[in-house]
Amino acid sequence: MSRLGALLARETALAWGRGGGPLVSVGFYAGVATLLPLAIGPEAERLAAVAPGAAWVALALASLLSLDRLFERDYEDGALDHLALSPVPLELTCAVKCAGQWLATGAPLALAAPVAAIALGAPMALTPLILACALVGGLAFAFTGGIGAALSLGARRGGLLTAVIVLPLFVPPVIFGGGALAAFAGGLPWAPGLALLCAYGAAAVALGPLAMAAACRNALS
Amino acid sequence: MIGRLELRDVGVRRGGRQLFSGLSLTLAAGEACALTGANGAGKTSLLRAVAGLVGLEAGEIVFGGVEATEARGGGLHLVGHQDGLKPARTTREELEFWSVWSGGTEASAQDAAQALDLTMLLDLEVRRLSAGQRRRLALARLLAAPRPLWLLDEPLSPLDAGWRTRFGAIMRAHLDGGGLILAAVHDPLPIDAKGLEIGA
Repeated sequence: MSRLGALLARETALAWGRGGGPLVSVGFYAGVATLLPLAIGPEAERLAAVAPGAAWVALALASLLSLDRLFERDYEDGALDHLALSPVPLELTCAVKCAGQWLATGAPLALAAPVAAIALGAPMALTPLILACALVGGLAFAFTGGIGAALSLGARRGGLLTAVIVLPLFVPPVIFGGGALAAFAGGLPWAPGLALLCAYGAAAVALGPLAMAAACRNALS
Repeated sequence: MIGRLELRDVGVRRGGRQLFSGLSLTLAAGEACALTGANGAGKTSLLRAVAGLVGLEAGEIVFGGVEATEARGGGLHLVGHQDGLKPARTTREELEFWSVWSGGTEASAQDAAQALDLTMLLDLEVRRLSAGQRRRLALARLLAAPRPLWLLDEPLSPLDAGWRTRFGAIMRAHLDGGGLILAAVHDPLPIDAKGLEIGA
Protein backbone atom coordinates (compact mmCIF):
# COMPACT_ATOMS: atom_id res chain seq x y z
CA MET A 1 0.00 0.00 0.00
CA SER A 2 2.87 2.37 0.79
CA ARG A 3 4.10 1.71 -2.74
CA LEU A 4 0.86 2.94 -4.23
CA GLY A 5 0.74 5.88 -1.86
CA ALA A 6 4.25 6.91 -2.88
CA LEU A 7 3.32 6.51 -6.54
CA LEU A 8 0.18 8.61 -6.17
CA ALA A 9 2.17 11.36 -4.44
CA ARG A 10 4.79 11.27 -7.19
CA GLU A 11 2.28 11.25 -10.03
CA THR A 12 0.27 14.09 -8.56
CA ALA A 13 3.43 16.15 -8.06
CA LEU A 14 4.59 15.41 -11.61
CA ALA A 15 1.18 16.18 -13.12
CA TRP A 16 1.10 19.39 -11.11
CA GLY A 17 4.30 20.50 -12.82
CA ARG A 18 3.63 18.97 -16.21
CA GLY A 19 3.06 21.51 -18.98
CA GLY A 20 2.34 24.21 -16.44
CA GLY A 21 -0.03 21.96 -14.53
CA PRO A 22 -3.45 23.03 -13.29
CA LEU A 23 -2.85 26.75 -13.75
CA VAL A 24 -2.36 26.43 -17.49
CA SER A 25 -5.32 24.05 -17.80
CA VAL A 26 -7.57 26.41 -15.85
CA GLY A 27 -6.22 29.38 -17.80
CA PHE A 28 -6.95 27.62 -21.08
CA TYR A 29 -10.40 26.80 -19.81
CA ALA A 30 -11.05 30.42 -18.87
CA GLY A 31 -9.78 31.50 -22.29
CA VAL A 32 -12.14 29.22 -24.19
CA ALA A 33 -15.04 30.27 -21.98
CA THR A 34 -14.22 33.92 -22.72
CA LEU A 35 -13.96 33.37 -26.48
CA LEU A 36 -17.47 31.99 -26.67
CA PRO A 37 -19.43 35.24 -26.06
CA LEU A 38 -17.18 36.97 -28.57
CA ALA A 39 -18.20 34.44 -31.20
CA ILE A 40 -21.92 34.06 -30.58
CA GLY A 41 -22.72 37.56 -29.39
CA PRO A 42 -23.20 39.07 -25.95
CA GLU A 43 -27.02 38.81 -25.64
CA ALA A 44 -27.63 37.44 -22.17
CA GLU A 45 -30.51 35.12 -23.11
CA ARG A 46 -28.64 33.47 -25.93
CA LEU A 47 -25.50 33.03 -23.81
CA ALA A 48 -27.42 31.69 -20.82
CA ALA A 49 -29.02 29.07 -23.04
CA VAL A 50 -25.68 27.65 -24.17
CA ALA A 51 -23.69 28.38 -20.99
CA PRO A 52 -23.84 24.94 -19.33
CA GLY A 53 -23.09 23.07 -22.53
CA ALA A 54 -20.30 25.42 -23.50
CA ALA A 55 -18.69 25.19 -20.06
CA TRP A 56 -18.89 21.42 -20.34
CA VAL A 57 -17.30 21.14 -23.80
CA ALA A 58 -14.54 23.57 -22.83
CA LEU A 59 -13.86 21.37 -19.82
CA ALA A 60 -13.40 18.32 -22.04
CA LEU A 61 -10.94 20.23 -24.23
CA ALA A 62 -9.00 21.59 -21.25
CA SER A 63 -8.68 18.03 -19.90
CA LEU A 64 -6.81 17.09 -23.07
CA LEU A 65 -4.04 19.61 -22.52
CA SER A 66 -1.57 17.80 -20.33
CA LEU A 67 -2.64 14.28 -21.24
CA ASP A 68 -0.03 13.61 -23.90
CA ARG A 69 2.78 13.69 -21.35
CA LEU A 70 1.09 11.28 -18.95
CA PHE A 71 3.11 8.27 -20.12
CA GLU A 72 5.41 9.90 -22.67
CA ARG A 73 7.91 11.31 -20.20
CA ASP A 74 8.18 8.11 -18.19
CA TYR A 75 8.58 6.21 -21.43
CA GLU A 76 11.32 8.47 -22.76
CA ASP A 77 13.41 8.62 -19.61
CA GLY A 78 13.08 4.94 -18.72
CA ALA A 79 10.94 5.37 -15.60
CA LEU A 80 8.28 3.17 -17.19
CA ASP A 81 10.79 0.27 -17.22
CA HIS A 82 11.35 0.67 -13.51
CA LEU A 83 7.64 1.06 -12.82
CA ALA A 84 7.04 -2.17 -14.72
CA LEU A 85 9.71 -4.11 -12.75
CA SER A 86 7.61 -4.32 -9.63
CA PRO A 87 5.22 -6.72 -7.95
CA VAL A 88 2.52 -4.08 -8.55
CA PRO A 89 0.62 -5.02 -11.75
CA LEU A 90 1.12 -2.49 -14.52
CA GLU A 91 -2.67 -2.07 -14.71
CA LEU A 92 -2.76 -0.77 -11.15
CA THR A 93 0.23 1.48 -11.83
CA CYS A 94 -1.58 2.99 -14.82
CA ALA A 95 -4.72 3.51 -12.74
CA VAL A 96 -2.73 5.35 -10.07
CA LYS A 97 -1.07 7.53 -12.73
CA CYS A 98 -4.51 8.53 -14.04
CA ALA A 99 -5.74 9.20 -10.52
CA GLY A 100 -2.76 11.53 -10.05
CA GLN A 101 -3.60 13.26 -13.32
CA TRP A 102 -7.18 13.71 -12.14
CA LEU A 103 -6.12 15.09 -8.74
CA ALA A 104 -3.72 17.58 -10.29
CA THR A 105 -5.76 18.82 -13.26
CA GLY A 106 -9.26 17.27 -13.22
CA ALA A 107 -10.14 18.45 -9.74
CA PRO A 108 -8.95 22.08 -10.21
CA LEU A 109 -10.81 22.20 -13.54
CA ALA A 110 -13.95 20.89 -11.83
CA LEU A 111 -13.72 23.76 -9.34
CA ALA A 112 -13.40 26.22 -12.22
CA ALA A 113 -16.35 24.77 -14.15
CA PRO A 114 -19.18 26.33 -12.13
CA VAL A 115 -17.39 29.68 -12.20
CA ALA A 116 -17.16 29.56 -16.00
CA ALA A 117 -20.77 28.46 -16.37
CA ILE A 118 -22.07 31.23 -14.11
CA ALA A 119 -19.88 33.81 -15.81
CA LEU A 120 -21.55 32.83 -19.07
CA GLY A 121 -24.95 33.33 -17.49
CA ALA A 122 -25.99 29.93 -16.16
CA PRO A 123 -28.22 30.08 -13.07
CA MET A 124 -26.55 29.83 -9.65
CA ALA A 125 -28.75 26.84 -8.82
CA LEU A 126 -26.80 24.84 -11.39
CA THR A 127 -23.57 25.06 -9.36
CA PRO A 128 -23.78 21.79 -7.39
CA LEU A 129 -24.78 19.76 -10.43
CA ILE A 130 -22.09 21.13 -12.71
CA LEU A 131 -19.49 20.59 -9.99
CA ALA A 132 -20.61 16.97 -9.56
CA CYS A 133 -20.68 16.42 -13.32
CA ALA A 134 -17.23 17.97 -13.72
CA LEU A 135 -15.72 15.85 -10.94
CA VAL A 136 -17.13 12.58 -12.31
CA GLY A 137 -16.59 13.63 -15.92
CA GLY A 138 -13.01 14.60 -15.12
CA LEU A 139 -12.40 11.09 -13.84
CA ALA A 140 -13.77 9.68 -17.08
CA PHE A 141 -11.67 12.13 -19.11
CA ALA A 142 -8.50 11.17 -17.20
CA PHE A 143 -9.01 7.41 -17.52
CA THR A 144 -10.12 7.39 -21.16
CA GLY A 145 -7.47 10.00 -21.94
CA GLY A 146 -4.86 7.71 -20.45
CA ILE A 147 -5.73 5.11 -23.09
CA GLY A 148 -4.97 7.60 -25.86
CA ALA A 149 -1.79 8.74 -24.13
CA ALA A 150 -0.56 5.14 -23.79
CA LEU A 151 -1.51 4.21 -27.36
CA SER A 152 0.38 7.14 -28.82
CA LEU A 153 3.61 6.27 -26.94
CA GLY A 154 6.62 6.52 -29.17
CA ALA A 155 4.75 8.28 -31.96
CA ARG A 156 6.04 11.60 -33.21
CA ARG A 157 3.59 14.43 -32.51
CA GLY A 158 2.05 12.11 -29.93
CA GLY A 159 0.03 14.97 -28.45
CA LEU A 160 -2.01 15.45 -31.58
CA LEU A 161 -2.48 11.71 -31.95
CA THR A 162 -3.62 11.49 -28.35
CA ALA A 163 -6.30 14.11 -29.00
CA VAL A 164 -7.54 12.31 -32.12
CA ILE A 165 -7.73 8.97 -30.30
CA VAL A 166 -9.30 10.41 -27.18
CA LEU A 167 -11.94 12.80 -28.51
CA PRO A 168 -14.32 10.00 -29.65
CA LEU A 169 -14.00 8.46 -26.18
CA PHE A 170 -15.04 11.82 -24.73
CA VAL A 171 -18.32 11.73 -26.67
CA PRO A 172 -20.41 9.73 -24.15
CA PRO A 173 -19.44 11.79 -21.08
CA VAL A 174 -20.02 14.99 -23.02
CA ILE A 175 -23.48 13.79 -24.06
CA PHE A 176 -24.46 12.48 -20.61
CA GLY A 177 -23.09 15.44 -18.67
CA GLY A 178 -24.39 18.01 -21.15
CA GLY A 179 -27.76 16.24 -21.14
CA ALA A 180 -28.00 16.33 -17.36
CA LEU A 181 -27.15 20.04 -17.29
CA ALA A 182 -29.62 20.90 -20.08
CA ALA A 183 -32.34 18.87 -18.36
CA PHE A 184 -31.74 20.66 -15.08
CA ALA A 185 -31.86 24.06 -16.78
CA GLY A 186 -35.11 23.05 -18.51
CA GLY A 187 -36.69 21.79 -15.29
CA LEU A 188 -36.65 18.17 -16.46
CA PRO A 189 -35.35 15.11 -14.55
CA TRP A 190 -31.56 15.35 -14.63
CA ALA A 191 -30.64 12.36 -12.46
CA PRO A 192 -30.53 9.80 -15.32
CA GLY A 193 -27.91 11.87 -17.15
CA LEU A 194 -25.75 12.07 -14.05
CA ALA A 195 -26.23 8.35 -13.40
CA LEU A 196 -25.14 7.50 -16.94
CA LEU A 197 -22.13 9.79 -16.53
CA CYS A 198 -21.21 7.99 -13.29
CA ALA A 199 -21.62 4.63 -15.05
CA TYR A 200 -19.31 5.72 -17.86
CA GLY A 201 -16.81 7.02 -15.32
CA ALA A 202 -16.90 3.69 -13.46
CA ALA A 203 -16.43 1.76 -16.69
CA ALA A 204 -13.50 3.99 -17.67
CA VAL A 205 -11.83 3.47 -14.27
CA ALA A 206 -12.37 -0.30 -14.47
CA LEU A 207 -11.46 -0.95 -18.10
CA GLY A 208 -9.13 1.91 -19.04
CA PRO A 209 -6.13 0.60 -17.06
CA LEU A 210 -6.30 -2.76 -18.88
CA ALA A 211 -5.94 -1.00 -22.22
CA MET A 212 -3.27 1.36 -20.91
CA ALA A 213 -1.13 -1.43 -19.49
CA ALA A 214 -1.37 -3.42 -22.72
CA ALA A 215 -0.38 -0.35 -24.74
CA CYS A 216 2.55 0.37 -22.39
CA ARG A 217 3.82 -3.21 -22.61
CA ASN A 218 3.62 -2.99 -26.35
CA ALA A 219 5.55 0.27 -26.41
CA LEU A 220 8.26 -1.06 -24.08
CA SER A 221 8.92 -4.26 -26.00
CA MET B 1 15.39 -15.54 -3.90
CA ILE B 2 16.89 -16.11 -7.33
CA GLY B 3 19.53 -18.81 -6.95
CA ARG B 4 20.54 -19.08 -10.58
CA LEU B 5 20.05 -17.35 -13.91
CA GLU B 6 20.00 -19.52 -16.97
CA LEU B 7 19.77 -18.43 -20.59
CA ARG B 8 19.05 -21.33 -22.94
CA ASP B 9 19.65 -20.74 -26.67
CA VAL B 10 18.21 -17.27 -26.41
CA GLY B 11 17.55 -15.31 -29.59
CA VAL B 12 16.25 -11.76 -29.89
CA ARG B 13 14.99 -9.96 -32.97
CA ARG B 14 14.37 -6.20 -32.92
CA GLY B 15 12.87 -4.14 -35.70
CA GLY B 16 13.10 -6.98 -38.22
CA ARG B 17 16.80 -7.54 -37.52
CA GLN B 18 18.22 -10.64 -35.84
CA LEU B 19 20.41 -9.28 -33.05
CA PHE B 20 21.73 -12.61 -31.79
CA SER B 21 20.65 -16.20 -31.44
CA GLY B 22 21.71 -19.37 -29.66
CA LEU B 23 23.03 -17.51 -26.64
CA SER B 24 23.46 -19.61 -23.50
CA LEU B 25 24.71 -18.70 -20.07
CA THR B 26 24.46 -20.06 -16.57
CA LEU B 27 25.06 -17.73 -13.68
CA ALA B 28 25.01 -19.10 -10.14
CA ALA B 29 24.51 -17.12 -6.95
CA GLY B 30 27.62 -15.14 -6.19
CA GLU B 31 28.72 -14.95 -9.83
CA ALA B 32 29.04 -12.03 -12.17
CA CYS B 33 29.16 -11.97 -15.94
CA ALA B 34 30.55 -9.24 -18.17
CA LEU B 35 28.57 -8.93 -21.37
CA THR B 36 30.64 -7.56 -24.22
CA GLY B 37 30.04 -6.88 -27.87
CA ALA B 38 30.23 -4.15 -30.48
CA ASN B 39 27.84 -1.19 -30.45
CA GLY B 40 24.44 -2.39 -31.55
CA ALA B 41 25.24 -6.06 -30.96
CA GLY B 42 22.29 -6.36 -28.60
CA LYS B 43 23.73 -6.06 -25.10
CA THR B 44 21.01 -3.73 -23.91
CA SER B 45 18.33 -5.83 -25.61
CA LEU B 46 19.58 -8.95 -23.84
CA LEU B 47 19.42 -7.18 -20.47
CA ARG B 48 15.90 -5.99 -21.28
CA ALA B 49 14.95 -9.50 -22.37
CA VAL B 50 16.12 -10.89 -19.02
CA ALA B 51 14.04 -8.19 -17.35
CA GLY B 52 11.05 -9.31 -19.40
CA LEU B 53 10.66 -5.95 -21.15
CA VAL B 54 11.61 -7.40 -24.55
CA GLY B 55 10.17 -10.64 -25.89
CA LEU B 56 12.35 -13.58 -26.92
CA GLU B 57 12.31 -14.91 -30.46
CA ALA B 58 13.76 -18.23 -29.39
CA GLY B 59 14.99 -20.04 -26.30
CA GLU B 60 14.07 -19.41 -22.70
CA ILE B 61 15.27 -17.62 -19.61
CA VAL B 62 14.99 -19.48 -16.32
CA PHE B 63 15.40 -18.02 -12.87
CA GLY B 64 16.46 -20.80 -10.54
CA GLY B 65 13.95 -21.34 -7.80
CA VAL B 66 11.34 -18.73 -8.69
CA GLU B 67 8.70 -18.06 -11.31
CA ALA B 68 9.71 -15.60 -14.02
CA THR B 69 6.93 -13.14 -13.16
CA GLU B 70 7.93 -13.17 -9.51
CA ALA B 71 11.63 -12.79 -10.36
CA ARG B 72 10.88 -9.84 -12.62
CA GLY B 73 8.42 -8.33 -10.19
CA GLY B 74 10.73 -8.03 -7.24
CA GLY B 75 13.92 -9.98 -7.83
CA LEU B 76 15.93 -7.87 -10.22
CA HIS B 77 17.21 -4.35 -10.70
CA LEU B 78 17.88 -2.82 -14.10
CA VAL B 79 20.21 0.15 -14.31
CA GLY B 80 20.58 1.50 -17.82
CA HIS B 81 21.25 4.64 -19.80
CA GLN B 82 17.71 5.73 -19.19
CA ASP B 83 17.66 6.14 -15.46
CA GLY B 84 14.04 7.27 -15.10
CA LEU B 85 15.05 10.21 -12.90
CA LYS B 86 13.01 13.39 -13.24
CA PRO B 87 15.19 16.51 -13.66
CA ALA B 88 12.79 18.78 -11.76
CA ARG B 89 12.57 16.62 -8.64
CA THR B 90 15.13 16.61 -5.87
CA THR B 91 17.61 13.81 -5.36
CA ARG B 92 15.91 12.96 -2.07
CA GLU B 93 12.43 12.75 -3.61
CA GLU B 94 13.61 10.52 -6.41
CA LEU B 95 15.74 8.25 -4.23
CA GLU B 96 13.02 7.84 -1.60
CA PHE B 97 10.33 7.19 -4.17
CA TRP B 98 12.31 4.56 -6.06
CA SER B 99 13.43 2.99 -2.81
CA VAL B 100 9.84 2.57 -1.61
CA TRP B 101 8.68 1.51 -5.07
CA SER B 102 11.36 -1.20 -5.27
CA GLY B 103 10.47 -2.58 -1.86
CA GLY B 104 12.83 -0.62 0.40
CA THR B 105 12.08 2.11 2.87
CA GLU B 106 12.97 5.76 3.33
CA ALA B 107 15.55 4.69 5.91
CA SER B 108 17.20 2.28 3.47
CA ALA B 109 17.28 5.13 0.96
CA GLN B 110 19.28 7.15 3.49
CA ASP B 111 21.76 4.29 3.92
CA ALA B 112 22.10 3.97 0.16
CA ALA B 113 22.70 7.71 -0.14
CA GLN B 114 25.44 7.39 2.44
CA ALA B 115 27.07 4.44 0.66
CA LEU B 116 27.19 6.36 -2.61
CA ASP B 117 28.13 9.65 -0.98
CA LEU B 118 24.97 11.43 -2.07
CA THR B 119 24.02 12.81 1.34
CA MET B 120 25.27 16.31 0.49
CA LEU B 121 23.33 16.28 -2.79
CA LEU B 122 19.95 15.19 -1.44
CA ASP B 123 18.36 18.64 -1.60
CA LEU B 124 19.60 19.41 -5.11
CA GLU B 125 17.36 19.01 -8.12
CA VAL B 126 18.38 16.09 -10.30
CA ARG B 127 19.05 18.49 -13.20
CA ARG B 128 21.89 20.05 -11.21
CA LEU B 129 23.76 16.77 -10.78
CA SER B 130 26.75 15.93 -12.96
CA ALA B 131 26.61 12.82 -15.13
CA GLY B 132 28.63 10.84 -12.59
CA GLN B 133 26.57 12.01 -9.62
CA ARG B 134 23.40 11.19 -11.51
CA ARG B 135 24.68 7.68 -12.23
CA ARG B 136 25.51 7.25 -8.55
CA LEU B 137 21.92 8.22 -7.75
CA ALA B 138 20.69 5.60 -10.22
CA LEU B 139 23.02 3.02 -8.66
CA ALA B 140 21.82 3.95 -5.16
CA ARG B 141 18.56 2.21 -6.03
CA LEU B 142 20.47 -1.07 -6.05
CA LEU B 143 21.31 -0.65 -2.38
CA ALA B 144 18.10 1.05 -1.26
CA ALA B 145 16.05 -2.06 -2.04
CA PRO B 146 17.92 -5.38 -1.93
CA ARG B 147 17.16 -7.55 -4.95
CA PRO B 148 19.35 -10.53 -5.90
CA LEU B 149 19.86 -10.01 -9.64
CA TRP B 150 21.48 -6.82 -10.90
CA LEU B 151 21.26 -6.08 -14.61
CA LEU B 152 23.68 -3.25 -15.29
CA ASP B 153 24.08 -1.50 -18.61
CA GLU B 154 27.51 0.15 -18.75
CA PRO B 155 27.28 1.05 -15.07
CA LEU B 156 30.77 2.48 -14.88
CA SER B 157 30.93 4.73 -17.93
CA PRO B 158 30.29 8.15 -16.34
CA LEU B 159 32.08 7.30 -13.07
CA ASP B 160 35.57 8.57 -12.25
CA ALA B 161 38.42 6.20 -11.38
CA GLY B 162 37.84 6.45 -7.63
CA TRP B 163 34.17 5.63 -7.96
CA ARG B 164 34.83 2.75 -10.32
CA THR B 165 36.91 1.16 -7.59
CA ARG B 166 34.35 1.92 -4.90
CA PHE B 167 31.51 0.55 -6.99
CA GLY B 168 33.64 -2.54 -7.57
CA ALA B 169 33.66 -3.05 -3.81
CA ILE B 170 29.88 -2.60 -3.72
CA MET B 171 29.45 -5.21 -6.44
CA ARG B 172 31.78 -7.61 -4.65
CA ALA B 173 29.78 -7.22 -1.44
CA HIS B 174 26.59 -7.97 -3.39
CA LEU B 175 28.12 -11.14 -4.83
CA ASP B 176 29.42 -12.21 -1.43
CA GLY B 177 25.85 -11.93 -0.17
CA GLY B 178 24.68 -14.41 -2.80
CA GLY B 179 23.70 -11.90 -5.47
CA LEU B 180 24.09 -12.20 -9.23
CA ILE B 181 25.33 -9.54 -11.65
CA LEU B 182 24.94 -9.41 -15.40
CA ALA B 183 26.65 -6.29 -16.71
CA ALA B 184 27.05 -4.97 -20.24
CA VAL B 185 30.46 -3.31 -20.40
CA HIS B 186 33.11 -2.02 -22.77
CA ASP B 187 35.85 -1.80 -20.14
CA PRO B 188 36.68 -4.77 -17.90
CA LEU B 189 34.68 -4.98 -14.66
CA PRO B 190 36.69 -4.27 -11.50
CA ILE B 191 35.63 -7.68 -10.12
CA ASP B 192 36.14 -11.31 -11.11
CA ALA B 193 33.55 -12.11 -13.73
CA LYS B 194 32.73 -14.58 -16.44
CA GLY B 195 32.68 -13.25 -19.96
CA LEU B 196 30.03 -13.52 -22.63
CA GLU B 197 30.55 -11.92 -26.00
CA ILE B 198 27.54 -11.18 -28.17
CA GLY B 199 27.91 -11.39 -31.92
CA ALA B 200 31.26 -13.15 -31.71
